[in-house]
Amino acid sequence: MEPNAIAEIIKDRYPTEIKEIKEFRGQTSIAIKKDRIKEIMKYLHDTPELYFDYLQDLCGVDYIGKKEMRFEVVYHLYSIRHRHMIRIKAEVSEDDCSIDSIADIWAGADWHERECYDMFGIIFKGHPDLRRILMPEDWEGYPLRKDYPLKADLGEMEWKGYKETIQTIEKNKGYEVRQKT
Amino acid sequence: MIGTEIKTKELTISMGPQHPATHGVLRVVLDLEGESVVKCTPYVGYLHRGVEKLAENRTYLSALPLTDRLDYISSLSNNIGYCVAIERLFGIEPPDRAKYIRTIMAEMTRISSHIIGVSTHALDIGAMTLFLYSFRDRERLIDLFEMTCGARLTVSYPRIGGVRNDVSQEFLDKLYDFTEEFPKIIEEQYETLIDQNRIWLQRTKGIGVISAEEAINWGLTGPTLRGSGVPYDVRKYAPYDAYPFVEFEVPIGKNGDVYDRYKCRMEELKQSNWIIKQCIEKIPKGPVMTPDAPKFTLPPKDRVLSDMESLIHQFVLITKGPIAAVEGEIYAATEVPKGELGFYFVSDGSGRPHRMRLRAPSFVHVSVLPRLCEGALLPDVIANIGTIDIVLGECDR
Repeated sequence: MEPNAIAEIIKDRYPTEIKEIKEFRGQTSIAIKKDRIKEIMKYLHDTPELYFDYLQDLCGVDYIGKKEMRFEVVYHLYSIRHRHMIRIKAEVSEDDCSIDSIADIWAGADWHERECYDMFGIIFKGHPDLRRILMPEDWEGYPLRKDYPLKADLGEMEWKGYKETIQTIEKNKGYEVRQKT
Repeated sequence: MIGTEIKTKELTISMGPQHPATHGVLRVVLDLEGESVVKCTPYVGYLHRGVEKLAENRTYLSALPLTDRLDYISSLSNNIGYCVAIERLFGIEPPDRAKYIRTIMAEMTRISSHIIGVSTHALDIGAMTLFLYSFRDRERLIDLFEMTCGARLTVSYPRIGGVRNDVSQEFLDKLYDFTEEFPKIIEEQYETLIDQNRIWLQRTKGIGVISAEEAINWGLTGPTLRGSGVPYDVRKYAPYDAYPFVEFEVPIGKNGDVYDRYKCRMEELKQSNWIIKQCIEKIPKGPVMTPDAPKFTLPPKDRVLSDMESLIHQFVLITKGPIAAVEGEIYAATEVPKGELGFYFVSDGSGRPHRMRLRAPSFVHVSVLPRLCEGALLPDVIANIGTIDIVLGECDR
């Protein structure tokens, strides 16, 4: 099915949820409100003529200072049976930085959501195991946010694990292996 | 003594991150009851370098070498994925010769990656000899890379709008010789070593079974998905480069176990070999960089030294990135040896991407590990890690 036709179907079904439909280089993206995201995703997954059985990708984007809502969670859906794809974008504000998890619709969403939480601090409600995944468990801050520095001298604010490593190196300086006599 | 109760207790062991069978720095915490796995929790992130964040702070042209360091066994495929995504984003069309060269290179990478994948997998579960043979053949391919790119592993050979330099006739001849010999090597040396090996068969057949629906639901791609009988291949479903011009088949398995996934990889070796052969026969003459996009591609060096406009273009491209970048977003997927490598770019019209998202197949494949291992035996964990064919550099990014 053509991406525009899919967008029309979703628009007919959920007219109040759709905020914007955009097309760029043959790919259609639909911006929606986040409140009924799970219901919409379930509909896209279960309806036979759409049948989006494969979640290609799930990621966050930070639009600080560019859009009214700071974050967007972007879902790329693909149907292996019908060979069509669609991009769904759910807007998430900074004050209410959470969205419903879809890990029980696509099992593959589990780790993608964990990564999105790790990198952007977006909380996925109903996720079975929302922990940090790429960064250390006691890391502070969310690295892929635009206001997170690429490189900075943090001094005392430095990550605990790094400080411990430095201390161990300092402590072992001048250490020599004792010769067996 | 008969009648004495044996005391049992659950045991938690941590496998990795320095375990040789985890193919890198993967840590798996296993709760064991005797020898069967009750719970399996993978921990990743030991190789996290922040490639996405780094790419957002570099121009489109200078972030290319970062992609070499993702899946370092098949770095050229990642480069191609990156270039294809940016070409789609900005509407650039590489010339035909460049497309063929890229296809040849991508398939060479696929061969070298699959023979490593299969042979290290075999090494892990008790068939060592294949490893020695496969490294001999991989060496030939790597020498060919060196001949064209100058580098052996981190090649950075494709460019946005083409490839860096043309290939020589000597390269094509040597590669053609390789494709003539390779099917025989597969049949006589690889398959006879493994296919009748009783240990190998017992440790792979019926292990790590995943059904087609479930595999799709988990987001598996590549041979890991095709072993379950789903013919999804990006080269067929959303063709790029020269794949529409060549013939090839997508091998699929039936049972979705470790053995079928191994079989898929073996068949793909033959198909890749066939694709390379067709490409060498069909490759057209012509330029290897598109001349139509001077605001995205670096001009040739001799033009920079003689032509004012080219000099300006080169200066701005290096310092600020593409001059005529448009606003928009694109998701472009390519079929790398491990599965589907997706790049999602959000462009805000400047020379740097606003957001570069990398959908790495290995990341998704590690996430399925608990599903495959729980309820199985401890030795099957090793077989399952081998069969999903992961590279942690790509998983952790």
